Amino acid sequence: MSVLAALELVGLLRRQRLISLVPLAAIVVLLPLSFSSAYYYRVAALVFIFAIAALGLNLLMGFAGQVSLGHGGFMGIGAYAVAIGPAHLGIPPLFSFVLGAILSALVAFAVGRPILRLKGHYLAVATLGFGVLLAIVFTNEANWTGGPDGMAVRGPTLMNWPLRSAATWYWISAVSFLVGAALARNLVDSPTGRALRAIHDSEIAARVLGVDVAQKKLMIFVVSAVYTSVAGSYFALINGYITPDVSGFLRSIELVAMVVLGGMGSVVGSLVGSAVLVILPQALTLFHDYEHIMLGLIVMSVMVFLRRGIVPTLAAVFGQRWAR
Amino acid sequence: MTVLSAEGLSVAFGGVRAVDGVTFDVEPGMVFSIIGPNGAGKTTLFNVISGLCPPDDGRVRFCGEDVTALAPEQLARRGLSRTFQNLQIFSHLTVIENVMVGRHRHEATRIVADLLHLPAVARQNRRTREAAADALARVGLGNIAERPAGSLSYGTLKRLEIARALASEPTVLLLDEPAAGCNPVERREIENIIRGIVGDGITVVLVEHDMRLVMNISNRIHVLANGRTLAEGTAADVRANPAVIEAYLGVRREPETAGAVS
Amino acid sequence: MGITMAEFLQFFFSGLTVGAIYALVAIGFTLIYNASDVINFAQGEFVMLGGMITVFLGYAGLPLPLAAVIAVPVTAAIGFALYRFAIAAAREATAVTLIIITIGASIFIRGAAEIAFDKRFHSLPPLFGSNPIRVGGATILPQSLVVLGGALIILVLLWAFIDRTLFGKAVIAISANRTAARLVGIDTRMIVGVCFALAAGIGAVAGILVTPITLTSYNIGTLLALKGFAAAMLGGIGSATGAVVGGVLLGLFEALAAGYISASYKDAVAFVVIVAVLIAMPQGLLGKAKIERV
Repeated sequence: MSVLAALELVGLLRRQRLISLVPLAAIVVLLPLSFSSAYYYRVAALVFIFAIAALGLNLLMGFAGQVSLGHGGFMGIGAYAVAIGPAHLGIPPLFSFVLGAILSALVAFAVGRPILRLKGHYLAVATLGFGVLLAIVFTNEANWTGGPDGMAVRGPTLMNWPLRSAATWYWISAVSFLVGAALARNLVDSPTGRALRAIHDSEIAARVLGVDVAQKKLMIFVVSAVYTSVAGSYFALINGYITPDVSGFLRSIELVAMVVLGGMGSVVGSLVGSAVLVILPQALTLFHDYEHIMLGLIVMSVMVFLRRGIVPTLAAVFGQRWAR
Repeated sequence: MTVLSAEGLSVAFGGVRAVDGVTFDVEPGMVFSIIGPNGAGKTTLFNVISGLCPPDDGRVRFCGEDVTALAPEQLARRGLSRTFQNLQIFSHLTVIENVMVGRHRHEATRIVADLLHLPAVARQNRRTREAAADALARVGLGNIAERPAGSLSYGTLKRLEIARALASEPTVLLLDEPAAGCNPVERREIENIIRGIVGDGITVVLVEHDMRLVMNISNRIHVLANGRTLAEGTAADVRANPAVIEAYLGVRREPETAGAVS
Repeated sequence: MGITMAEFLQFFFSGLTVGAIYALVAIGFTLIYNASDVINFAQGEFVMLGGMITVFLGYAGLPLPLAAVIAVPVTAAIGFALYRFAIAAAREATAVTLIIITIGASIFIRGAAEIAFDKRFHSLPPLFGSNPIRVGGATILPQSLVVLGGALIILVLLWAFIDRTLFGKAVIAISANRTAARLVGIDTRMIVGVCFALAAGIGAVAGILVTPITLTSYNIGTLLALKGFAAAMLGGIGSATGAVVGGVLLGLFEALAAGYISASYKDAVAFVVIVAVLIAMPQGLLGKAKIERV
């Protein structure tokens, strides 16, 4: 095979949107072979759950270059939807799950319109304010949400089969992540995706080429909210219990840390960032009290030293452009 | 019928009148150049015409329509395109992706279809890519389509911006100092590119400092100084205009005769 | 059901007191923002540290006045360290990156406090006793007057410092044009570091003054930072007078909202203010509107 033909093939393969999902799918399928107890399934499920949320935030931050320090709010909406629906409104969990996603989309649409006009640190703080406001509502409306102590989440059943085991949630969350990743990859090589990436680099040039910047930002904000809401719902369902912490300020910052740590704009990075920030506290259960110090140190170190994130840095070191 | 006209445009920043009562008409198919010393208000004028800066006074008309209040994206959809003096490249995209963004107004963008990458999206991607490749070929950059734009030289990026603007199939193309920072060889390439653009029926409005380029290629030249119109006419007219000479070169002084006193 | 004057006065006084604290946090924000364009979310932790360090040094046996006198410079040193090791070390960081760094720092400091101290609430004895003073049918604690007086003194001293000393001139120069300041030989890193230390010190004093009224605990910093920021935004970020005005106004809004609307949503007021100000008038009441040039 001539050099030219080989280069063309590589180029073609690189442009194959979904090819890098193959190793991810392989990991998903093969990983459980190493699990020796339900605990591992649970941790892995949590990793994938947060990876979904991080992926959503990554679409907003990595792709479109907008920042949100309040995405915990959407996790909260998704989480409380599956809790409140069955408990207070008699809506089955699956329905509540969908309603939660729709509600998150609507809230994102309503809030996004005025907020996304802001730039830089103004946008950051506005989203922060929004996230904390939601957390306050969740804490205060005790009649609905059980207040600061939280509320139980009734497990869902699929045709009378209770979806409760950690293994079940592993498969649900892992497959959901793969689907979410595929959608994200599709977006990259599409007019919407190119427009968003263009907005990230130069809003002015994008506008001058006919891109409706405000509308695009709003659309991706809504999509990222839905991703995060789904993750929130899964989180509530796997735990069987939620507290307002699910949507708090710390949670929002954790999500940002996952995105930056893994690599902004990197689908694989969302998984890596989530893995680090979920597994580390688990590994350090002896040092449970040191959780905040660790998170603070991680956030600071990543932003100071490893701003590009793990995956892009590794990719640059190995000369490939794997992750997009 | 004029394709683009400015009527009494004025813009002031604080106390400074960057553009003061500028009026001109651009006929279709011509190369219309705006020149003037630094600080004359040329880029501000471009910003007003392309919708990035609202004028304090005056109107902009595009194909007969009053477009003064329109946003840049609306102007783009009507067929007005521009490049930037300081380059606004999408550095994280490849060369061809940059130009594909230029096709945006000819693409259907529906986020659900895009997320699912429906067959229609794949077909459209192919068409967009082909059109983008054409535009790249017109500026001579066809061979570096897959390179990341952030890694290229200044001269190459200037041509990339032109290709990107061309990809939108504009009626009028505003070129903001396309030859800035270019060596004579590159300047000649730009000249040829512009001739090619005009040959395709696109009207070109040029802001430029490089006099050779301007004199070689312009049908009409509009001279600005201190935000105001100094002169307008053909290259020959403008070259001979004393006011223009003075604005650029200063007043001619009589040589001092040796030994003169008082 | 009428709104009595006494009731209103009561809310007014408590709002004023808490507003003074917000004003001090906001001034710390503004000082740092003007010197370095950084929005420092760890500002609230400095308030927490002032109170907590004093309390725990007191438990350790030190007389409280001495404890307080030690707590302030220690906190100031932590502020300097924050700048030196987290902010200055981040090269070419965007505004958002810097905010996230300070958020990380505030989480770190909070985590450290959690371990070094404990998770309970603590108090300090008030300076002039706790007999409420009656004013117009309402009561005000003597410590509230201490807080208000202390805030005033700090503001005057800070103003004098910035306006009258060479150091202050350097700060003004840096905030106007950092590069130019460096070109004329101003050691920007040292000066900005000192500004961080100053802001931390001011926060610590605020914390010590208010602990007798509101108590202190390892996690009061976050909410305080957010509210102080809301106050700074309301007044106009970058404006010192604005910080004071914003702080007092926010305190009053909060107290009145808590009294007349809903006590449990008291904390929400600050965030509604943030979002409203950002959407409707990002430059705040006294700040300058930004003109974006292409």
